Amino acid sequence: MSDGWVLVIGLEVHCELRTTTKLFCGCPNEFGDEPNTNVCPVCLGLPGSLPVLNQMAVELAMAIGTALNCEIRPSTFHRKNDFYPDQAKDYQITQYDEPINVNGWLELPDGFRVGIERAHMEEDTGKTTHIGATGRIHGADYSLVDYNRSGVPLVEIVSAPDMRTSAQARAYVTELRSILVATGASDGKMEEGSMRVDANVSVRRSEAEPFGTRCEIKNLNSVRSVGRAIDYEAERQIALIEAGEAVVQQTRHWDEDAGKTQALRSKEDAYDYRYFLEPDLVPLVPDAAWTGAVADALGMMPAARRVRLTELLEEAGQLTDSRLEQVTTVVDLGLDDLVVGAIAAGVPAALTLARTANEAAADPEAARSLDPAPYVTLLTMEAAGTLSATQSKVVLSELLANRGGDPAVIARAKGFEAMSDNSLSVTVAEAVEANPDEWARYCAGEEKLAQVFIGQVMKATRGQANGKAVVAELQRLRG
Amino acid sequence: MTPPRSAFGLAASVRSGAESAGDVLDGYLAAIDAGDGEIHAFNLVTREAAGEAAAAVDRKVASGEDPGLLAGVPVALKDNMCTRGVPTTCSSRILDGWCPPYDATVVTRLREAGAVIIGKTNMDEFAMGSSTENSAFGTTRNPHDPSRVPGGSSGGSAAAVAAGFAPVALGSDTGGSIRQPAALCGVVGMKPTYGTVSRYGLVAFASSLDQIGPFATTVTDAALVFEVIGGHDPADSTSLDRPAPRLLSVLEEGIDGMTVGVVTELLDGVDADVAARTRQAAEACAAAGARVEEISVPEVRLGLSAYYLIAPAEASSNLARYDGVRFGLRVDAEDANAMNTATRSAGFGAEVKRRIMLGTYALSAGYKDAYYDQALRVRTRIIEGFERAYRRCDVLLGPTAPSTAFSIGAKFNDPMSMYLSDVCTIPSNLAGHPAISIPFGTGDDGLPVGVQLLAPALAENILLRAAAVIEAAPPEVGSRQ
Amino acid sequence: MAGAPRLTRDDVAHVASLARLHLTDEELDLFTGQLAQVLDHAADVAQLDLAGVPLTAHAMAVTNVLRPDTPAPTLDREEVLAQAPSVEDHRFRVPRILGEAP
Repeated sequence: MSDGWVLVIGLEVHCELRTTTKLFCGCPNEFGDEPNTNVCPVCLGLPGSLPVLNQMAVELAMAIGTALNCEIRPSTFHRKNDFYPDQAKDYQITQYDEPINVNGWLELPDGFRVGIERAHMEEDTGKTTHIGATGRIHGADYSLVDYNRSGVPLVEIVSAPDMRTSAQARAYVTELRSILVATGASDGKMEEGSMRVDANVSVRRSEAEPFGTRCEIKNLNSVRSVGRAIDYEAERQIALIEAGEAVVQQTRHWDEDAGKTQALRSKEDAYDYRYFLEPDLVPLVPDAAWTGAVADALGMMPAARRVRLTELLEEAGQLTDSRLEQVTTVVDLGLDDLVVGAIAAGVPAALTLARTANEAAADPEAARSLDPAPYVTLLTMEAAGTLSATQSKVVLSELLANRGGDPAVIARAKGFEAMSDNSLSVTVAEAVEANPDEWARYCAGEEKLAQVFIGQVMKATRGQANGKAVVAELQRLRG
Repeated sequence: MTPPRSAFGLAASVRSGAESAGDVLDGYLAAIDAGDGEIHAFNLVTREAAGEAAAAVDRKVASGEDPGLLAGVPVALKDNMCTRGVPTTCSSRILDGWCPPYDATVVTRLREAGAVIIGKTNMDEFAMGSSTENSAFGTTRNPHDPSRVPGGSSGGSAAAVAAGFAPVALGSDTGGSIRQPAALCGVVGMKPTYGTVSRYGLVAFASSLDQIGPFATTVTDAALVFEVIGGHDPADSTSLDRPAPRLLSVLEEGIDGMTVGVVTELLDGVDADVAARTRQAAEACAAAGARVEEISVPEVRLGLSAYYLIAPAEASSNLARYDGVRFGLRVDAEDANAMNTATRSAGFGAEVKRRIMLGTYALSAGYKDAYYDQALRVRTRIIEGFERAYRRCDVLLGPTAPSTAFSIGAKFNDPMSMYLSDVCTIPSNLAGHPAISIPFGTGDDGLPVGVQLLAPALAENILLRAAAVIEAAPPEVGSRQ
Repeated sequence: MAGAPRLTRDDVAHVASLARLHLTDEELDLFTGQLAQVLDHAADVAQLDLAGVPLTAHAMAVTNVLRPDTPAPTLDREEVLAQAPSVEDHRFRVPRILGEAP
């Protein structure tokens, strides 16, 4: 960020809800199917068809609202009129001035609160493929429309313009994704489009000044893109103003490959959407019993889960800054239940956390579906020194690849047998002999030099030694 | 004109095996062949499918199965109700040749009740009009005088029943499109309470006002058809979650002790002969033991203006989907926007374009509050006005239309005077209330006059009891009937 | 509308463009006059003081109409595409699209 400038960021996140059927009809809410197979008169916008609201979509929207500390209110649906080929009725059914969720907040892991203005329901459009040399909308010869996605339920979560850095925006999207996954509303797969982010960015000289003219950036498909696009856009706006030019309010497209935002051609009918109350749908008036039931069914949210793990580490006296990062990682990936279970089964907290945040996290999907029992068995073997850290990691990757298995059997098959204390002490003695200077400094109190000997022993044993056992032997030799 | 047979009697005859559905159908097809060349009530006669449906009814009768309440009864459908695999055009070029891949709920219910769908009837394009002259496929003529309009927008259905081409028909009523043509063609036409008949598969004009209802030659037949098509439909969110209406049993109960209010404002500006018939109908109610009084409901005067803002606004959005992408007409052009524009400009007729533009304007930035929102406030006022009247009266009475059938072309180039044809019928649509037009004698020109009964929401039982009383006391008929 | 300017030819042209309709000059003149007449009639409504009167958008006061999240049959693709003006690769073909997505 250039000196003397303050960034203002608000984010709009579209989240596809994981329902079985679409928002207003019984067609399957599924992607990747053959084009135009998951369609019916309603989602094709055929004459005479009428929408009927999906109860599960409403309950997932209420769950999102609850998780984001929103007020859940009586709500209505409007029509947003706009001709576009992938919009089957040439209007979108969306919540307008009476959305279901309003006035909430989301707390980032560092405690910063971002306001949530609203989280409302609406329907998705079909999917357009542009045919022609560029493969993009500009320069296409013609387009093809598939309505499988038409009418898929979305919740749009609109933040207040509370964020001031791209790092906060990234943290917001990361945290929001964890929350959406935790509610069961979303699979959180940004790269597959089930979460789509638009960023409103403006700059000003100081917090005391009014907001600057903002631009909306579309097509942000990863947390990384969110950060890059915001930084690029902020610099672009600052450069304009510093050059004496004005920022023009517009919608811009993020080009990931070029690393730039580009203005989209604006439509000639400048946004007169002629919103009016959808006459084919009736108001939604959730009572306390209904909202209460949705809230009761909600599991723990990421913030509470981080606190739970942090407390376990604290109890074990193993809380450090790097472990706090690991806590965030395992919670983001939904692996914290695995960690909590293993700690409860007696595995040291730090070891469990490290294996989960580093190794298991490499394949989070496999890890989430892992049976906790063999995981506990494996970590117990490692903690006891039966397996070295390196061996334990190898067995774990087998467990993940096979979605389970018996760690002892895998270890045997790999030829991992714990070294006897005797052969270990010989190897350690050899390492000491080969590195006299380091040994002298170690004896003089430079504890970190233990790593040198561990490395030597590991090399000699091809990773089969247990690091803790090596340290114990070194301390024995030092006397 | 062939003396009409009641659907009720016809179904009884078919169920008993006294005559076959096939023979009944043949009789009506012969009437169509003989007369519809001149009248043009139908866009399409579904001869073959009707033959199959009639044969299926006859098989059921032969095997002792229940063939349904409308066994073997031919029904004409307004061409804005979706019929699977059968063209559904709304009398518009933009839908010419479109075959829906599904049946409207009312069509399914008719089929299940043993009815035989005989064809799709002509209408004002997308149900916008009061004369059936706004059809892309030619004007329908009034069977009582072929130089006159049948009314509209359901003019084809009204004419079909009046001409004896079908014993009953379905229409849709957004601002009077069942009742006004029923009055002009001398048949019974009923607009039920909003939400009692499913709109699923009815091509929308103005969603918050549209309601399907029957045309018939008797009040009993109208009640019978309403019983078959009515009742909750989970495919329509505005369908009321109530069991199907049961009305046939109450028709003979009379109106002794009820209060009938003759609405002053509905008589404003109507032709003297029509007003006279309306007062005569009130006398018939009094003779049947009802207390009759004049009542003022000043809010109904605002109905026309509110209607011509609300209905076009909804229509402008409902008709956006005719864009040349998924079905119907396409006129190709350089880019998608130009293609949409070329398609719509070629596919819609002048009246549809007028209403789309009017509605777009009423919803557009800067005008929505003054026009559309204001009309919705007026709608509240009209409902309040009716509520006040129904504290004193059980039913209200007025004329259905300001005049008898007018000449073809008389109002075609003057939209405002055409719109005034709906002035008496519109208030019920805005309120969502049921209303019915009953033929009651003729005007000075010898053409049919309809009187209209209005009732509170879901009071179809009272509405039809009063209708049966008026039906049973016709005044002396005019010279031309 | 009280004191509102009378509907102009430009208003009608703008509205026609919003509604994706192309009007000839003659149609523009004709429709401007006809629509202005309807709006003049609607002045009785526009001029009323109805501040505080609630809006009625639905005739019947019904709430919470929902369907269970269970799949219903989809349409046969060939039947759907058979109705389309232009199809390629089982999708609806349209001319190139100018302007941004909604």
